[in-house]
Amino acid sequence: MTNVQSIPGPSIPSPSIHGEDRAHEADHPTSQVAKFGMEQPLKLDCGVDLAPFQIAYQTYGELNAERSNAILVCHALTGDQHVNNAHPVTGKHGWWDTMVGPGRPLDTNLYFIICSNVIGGCMGSTGPASTNPATGKLWGLDFPIITLPDMVRAQTMLIDRLGIETLFCVVGGSMGGMQALQWTAAYPARVFSTLAIACSTRHSAQNIAFHELGRQAVMADPDWRGGRYFEHDTHPHRGLGVARMAAHITYLSDAALHRKFGRRMQDRELPTFSFDADFQVESYLRYQGSSFVERFDANAYLYLTRAMDYFDIAADHDGVLAKAFTGIKTRFCVVSFTSDWLFPTPESRALVHALNASSARVSFAEIETDRGHDAFLLDVPEFFDISRAFLQSAGKARGLKTAGG
Amino acid sequence: MSLSQQTLPLTGVEPHRTENLRSDHLLVAEMVQRGSKVLDVGCGDGELLQILEGRGIDGRGIELSREGVNRCVAKGLAVVQGDADTDLVNYPDDAFDYVILSQTLQATRQPKVVLENLLRIGHRAIVSFPNFGFWRMRLQLLVGGHMPRTENLPATWYDTPNIHFCTIKDFVQLCDEINVKMERAVALDLYGRPLRLNLPWWFWNMFGEQGVFLLSRGGEGK
Repeated sequence: MTNVQSIPGPSIPSPSIHGEDRAHEADHPTSQVAKFGMEQPLKLDCGVDLAPFQIAYQTYGELNAERSNAILVCHALTGDQHVNNAHPVTGKHGWWDTMVGPGRPLDTNLYFIICSNVIGGCMGSTGPASTNPATGKLWGLDFPIITLPDMVRAQTMLIDRLGIETLFCVVGGSMGGMQALQWTAAYPARVFSTLAIACSTRHSAQNIAFHELGRQAVMADPDWRGGRYFEHDTHPHRGLGVARMAAHITYLSDAALHRKFGRRMQDRELPTFSFDADFQVESYLRYQGSSFVERFDANAYLYLTRAMDYFDIAADHDGVLAKAFTGIKTRFCVVSFTSDWLFPTPESRALVHALNASSARVSFAEIETDRGHDAFLLDVPEFFDISRAFLQSAGKARGLKTAGG
Repeated sequence: MSLSQQTLPLTGVEPHRTENLRSDHLLVAEMVQRGSKVLDVGCGDGELLQILEGRGIDGRGIELSREGVNRCVAKGLAVVQGDADTDLVNYPDDAFDYVILSQTLQATRQPKVVLENLLRIGHRAIVSFPNFGFWRMRLQLLVGGHMPRTENLPATWYDTPNIHFCTIKDFVQLCDEINVKMERAVALDLYGRPLRLNLPWWFWNMFGEQGVFLLSRGGEGK
């Protein structure tokens, strides 16, 4: 992760240095784009038909002749479609380089990997940072509220467009895992296997509370300007930075923070008796906040956190989670991490119990690590072994060629 | 003692093996019809499930230890972390053709409830357990005056996970009590070899080191 020593530690996250790049990506992404016209609206849960709209996506590997080896990777809250290539705004590595690539668990030599930016995002799929064609202005808060099922419905339209009937696997961590579960609950016949990591079938009260904290931080920033900051050439980087700092704490763990930073000082021996970033952990968080605002749109953050808050699969099935998966043929692998307090293991266990009640074929592993929720993005060999074996076993059942040829 | 050691069957000892497979696993696998759906409760590191999957059987597993589960999942097996005492209730009636409880019954808190659950979830159950009526056990208590320890059950009384030992005779009695039908019963000797079939129960109870039973619900289909 970040080299802490090199961070200067500004007291407030710096203004976006990539603002123009970011704004450009929202309408004209450095990705493939699937455009849907007025005749193909996206029917949103809030009752609005969104049309026209577009989905930006990346693919890796090749679709086989039977069109049976496609894996859809669903990204997390602040992720995007750039799984395995340099990010067009920040230039950093793909966010899941460790998991996706030749010889990796999601092996691009074997599988056709698709990842699309979610609806409501800011990296090229239609969202609040996109231009509303009806007005010629950015959507901002005029953009309709979207839900996890809306995101997945949009993805089904992309998968249709790509001519794929059944996905070999839908994979995701955190909000990506929620999408994978929504895919499986809503379109079971189109999902051969599901790899759901560090996620849940519903957003807990504590998680909604953290999201509310983040949204309030954004909206309290005077630069937010009622959500129309782009018309004032500002960006609520302070508010969004604070939101990211708070959220980032929830992605880690007490043990991981202690191991990485402890109470160590940042480039100094003694306290300055000021509110400067004396501690390394402060400096680290400030860096996380400021680097995030460079690449992410504040309104998109509001919309996507809201979508997660509304997510509750059981609620759509008379409050009984098992009903969502009745008679399901999809093979599941559920993974949780011991130190993840954002989506703790009992959440995964509740899902597994529901799947057991449906006699679904499910594997469930809890992986011991002190790295918290973010473990799914990091180099955790046991997690990779399990993911690889699950996909190999599912691939065998689907008749896919294996790594050995 | 770690979690894994508490639940993996036959701790600390290499049981008798045929072509590198445990003989009691092979015996259990023989009892399962091809093409059926099986739940292995306390599946350890998944050896039996692998044998079953190799025979075209749809196998699932529950295992208490995280290490055991993760080893199974890393083999591509459908195994979840769970406890026989508390998690069987989540499974619906008649979900499996067979539910297997291999060398785990004596470590459950409520063996009777577990046994009832096995035959609720599965049409048949296959249960194996160490026989506490085995002559060596009796001899150790009679002559040695201490709680028995054997190669297959090396734990001392104060650190054993096995809290509900029984003899073959006790088990047969429990099956009668809860109206469970015994379709097949096999006693294995110390080397995992089946004892001859035409021997009387008392002989099995004395010379069987472990018992393996194929069970079904009594009073059905008659």
